[in-house]
Amino acid sequence: MLNDHEVLAKEPFFRITKRAHISNLKSWGIRLIAVVLSLIVCAFVIMAITGENPFNVYLGIIDGAIGKKRRLWVTIRETLTLLIIAVGLTPAFKMRFWNIGAEGQVLMGGLATAAVMIYLGPTLPNGIVLLLVFMASILAGLLWGIMPAYFKSKYNTNETLFTLMLNYVAMQIVTFCIVFWEKPSGSNTVGIINGANEGGWLPKLFGLDYGWSLVIVLLMTVGMYVYMKFSKHGYEIAVVGESQNTARYVGIDVKKVIMRTMMISGGICGLAGAIIVSGASHTISTSTAGGRGFTAIIVAWMSKFNPFVMILVSAFLVFMQQGAIQIASQFGLNENASDIITGIILFFLIGSEFFITYKVERTKAKKEATAK
Amino acid sequence: MTILMTFIQKAIGQSISILFGATGEIITEKSGNLNLGIPGIMYMGGIAGLMAAFFYERASAAPIGFIGLLLSFAATLIVSALGGLLFCFLTVTLHANQNVVGLSLTTFGIGFGNFFGGSISKLAGGVGQISVATTASAYRADIPVLSKIPVIGDLLFSYGFLTYLSIIVALVIGRFLMHTRKGLNLRSVGEDPATADAAGINVTRYKYIATTVGAAIAGLGGLYFVMEYLGGTWTNNGFGDRGWLAIALVILALWKPLNAIWGSLLFGSLFILYIYTPGLTRATQELFKMLPYVITIVVLVITSKRDKLENQPPSSLGESYYREDR
Repeated sequence: MLNDHEVLAKEPFFRITKRAHISNLKSWGIRLIAVVLSLIVCAFVIMAITGENPFNVYLGIIDGAIGKKRRLWVTIRETLTLLIIAVGLTPAFKMRFWNIGAEGQVLMGGLATAAVMIYLGPTLPNGIVLLLVFMASILAGLLWGIMPAYFKSKYNTNETLFTLMLNYVAMQIVTFCIVFWEKPSGSNTVGIINGANEGGWLPKLFGLDYGWSLVIVLLMTVGMYVYMKFSKHGYEIAVVGESQNTARYVGIDVKKVIMRTMMISGGICGLAGAIIVSGASHTISTSTAGGRGFTAIIVAWMSKFNPFVMILVSAFLVFMQQGAIQIASQFGLNENASDIITGIILFFLIGSEFFITYKVERTKAKKEATAK
Repeated sequence: MTILMTFIQKAIGQSISILFGATGEIITEKSGNLNLGIPGIMYMGGIAGLMAAFFYERASAAPIGFIGLLLSFAATLIVSALGGLLFCFLTVTLHANQNVVGLSLTTFGIGFGNFFGGSISKLAGGVGQISVATTASAYRADIPVLSKIPVIGDLLFSYGFLTYLSIIVALVIGRFLMHTRKGLNLRSVGEDPATADAAGINVTRYKYIATTVGAAIAGLGGLYFVMEYLGGTWTNNGFGDRGWLAIALVILALWKPLNAIWGSLLFGSLFILYIYTPGLTRATQELFKMLPYVITIVVLVITSKRDKLENQPPSSLGESYYREDR
């Protein structure tokens, strides 16, 4: 009982209560404050490392992210990639299924894309190749998503750890395939696939390099919003996420929902692999997913699973990353600086959620201290 | 015989980092915190130790290995404990989601490690790669007399002190968890924080201490890697997926540090088995490297299928506890 006395004796300075309601304006205000604070901290970090004044640092970041047309498009491309993975993760997370295997699902999708491009790209007409690319990538991602879902629904196997391990299985499969596909031989890289005939490359649309990616990703984003908000499936996912017991009680087949949702989630992540490989990099390596499978989890979570907010969040993160890469190269430092920046911003954003859910008040001055 | 000997030595070299990481993660998870930031924390611990030694060796005219060792050891403990503290602050105090915080921490930590590892020498005005030979040789020093015994000396006593420390820490944590009152309290926090709270256990304090200590232990895995394994230098992403392997090992070990000791040896062996297996092509080597992960998945599925109570993850693993939300 000693502990009780301790707790009573030390009345905290703050009282934390859950907010019953918070206006949109206020919640976004809090997030904005968090963003500003994180930017200030980032500026100090960069300043400490480079000795540049913070104003120049941010000019450099803006220049690095959107300063030239080409840089702007790289930023847009990276945003799209991050966005589609986050969109893919949305239904799984809404269901409280901790799919942290997006990295692996994207890789498998990319691998399937590369396989189709390498084996069929040079011979078949491009339209058919692209169709096969999309089918194969979705199927590969789906396969990687359905395995943990099956065991989760059957034996309640921990999906966080299962999906995590599958990431590395996928990575090894990629290195395995690279051995057969490497070009030139001995380089241990695949190089640009079909550089000569562009077989299986996503063509330009409206004269834009990433036009098709843009259309596909935005379609998926809107589609996911509608699916989650207005369809029966979306409702079932939400119920299963809130409480599996409730779902069972109202007659929802929880196992079926888990399987179906993970097929969708994995499938979209697989498609993201196709967007990366066929739409942008035209090659495959273990870093094709490049940690975006993990960052996308955070994007989806921060956006409260609203696909439109995801556009904003992923654009902001990519903007800062691209900017940081530019700053780093300007000072001859390595580009991992961008991960540090991302990390700092994320910590602030994650922390800010607390102040949105809870209200922190000063306790009335020492009223309690004498009460005991 | 000599091949077997080198194989065992190399396997042990691979396993120590993973063992530190797994032991740290076990004590963390026993408090109900699934700290997926461990891979990042191991990077942070490694680079912190390396930087401390680097600045010491630069500042001192005639650096003494032992002092470098102490400084880097302390730096690793402090920085990785700070990583754990940050995780705890966000998840326990600010009630944030553990997976999200953990993954952010890993992104941050790996970036932190690679950034400073790749640039610190340049930032300090030097050229070339960071190197701390004097301190590293102190880490690599084997046990004086015993290591000279033929065969047994090579097999058991030819390693730096961190190797022995990793086993001692695993043994101590194992004993702490299963045979002490505080260990019992900690496990009860991880199993059912509400009940533990009702029984008068300070859930917040247990979570904080377990996670911070766990992170510090895991950080030593990074230190081992840069000092003893690499010999006091840094290669970007050289540490690779060992952090995730450590988390996999926690599952394989069924949340028991004693199992983690032999489990880490198994993982270490699997990690390098392809070098010693005749008849492998470059491609099949890659499939061999998949084994640790596949085995972990199989263990995960089997334990969940058998559903034996003592082999399960702590029941509240990954869930935050708010007294007010009950």
